[in-house]
Amino acid sequence: MTAKIAYDDVEVGTELPAQSFPVSRATLVQYAGASGDFNPIHWNERFAKEVGLPDVIAHGMFTMASAIRVVTDWAGDPGAVVEYGVRFTKPVVVPDDENGALIEVSAKVAAKLDDDARTVRVDLTATSAGQKVLGMSRAVVRLA
Amino acid sequence: MALDQSFVGRTYPPTDPYEVGREKIREFAEAIGDANPAYTDTEAAKALGHPDVIAPPTFVFAITFKAAGLVVEDPQLGLDYSRVVHGDQKFAYNRPVRAGDRLTVTSTIEAVKTMAGNEIVDIRGEVHDEAGEHVVTAFTKLVARRAEEA
Repeated sequence: MTAKIAYDDVEVGTELPAQSFPVSRATLVQYAGASGDFNPIHWNERFAKEVGLPDVIAHGMFTMASAIRVVTDWAGDPGAVVEYGVRFTKPVVVPDDENGALIEVSAKVAAKLDDDARTVRVDLTATSAGQKVLGMSRAVVRLA
Repeated sequence: MALDQSFVGRTYPPTDPYEVGREKIREFAEAIGDANPAYTDTEAAKALGHPDVIAPPTFVFAITFKAAGLVVEDPQLGLDYSRVVHGDQKFAYNRPVRAGDRLTVTSTIEAVKTMAGNEIVDIRGEVHDEAGEHVVTAFTKLVARRAEEA
């Protein structure tokens, strides 16, 4: 594991570079194929509305995969992630138009956990259309 | 119908090994739009200290969730899967999943609760490699929404 960020160079409150991830219907079809999650709420508007959703929604696991990129791009080595957890609070609604949806992710160092293991806790915030889509979104990362 | 508390602590038999393919990792990385070379370039992965390309952190969910199907579809537990939504997800890694891994999953029911008519099941999936070494543990909370709201 070779993170490119040094433990000694971060402080509680250090912000990671924020990122935005566009999601279209095509993104969801591709993710369905790659992940094997073919639940029709992620690609069939008629079905999604029948079960009470406003429209097709993104896979929660797609949102989770997108959010951690803020951490893995920062740390450099995705293998530096020791722990990662989220709560799925609101769905990311993906309309069938040219723009689709946008997942906006910011993150900051919330705690320096262990000086010997060089681990920090990073708290993530993920929103789409102004709604918080992940809660309790936290990663533990081992830095250099 | 409240879920049976006696299921707490129940462990299901390990799954047959899932062999992690480098092209499957590439397909997954492309699907999440992640161009990190550690997922596709063996040399880049080795430069980071990994023996081969590694998988994105959430890749393993496809394997652990399939294993959780043993729990979800256990007729004795009686979870109504048509009402199930994914509540929480957490991973605790010992090391990243990598190409060539042959992974088995052992699922255990950690908790069964009923809250405000919703039925909640916590499943822990322990992932081991062929040598029997622990790779990652997946914690999955599933919520079967109360019937009126479904």
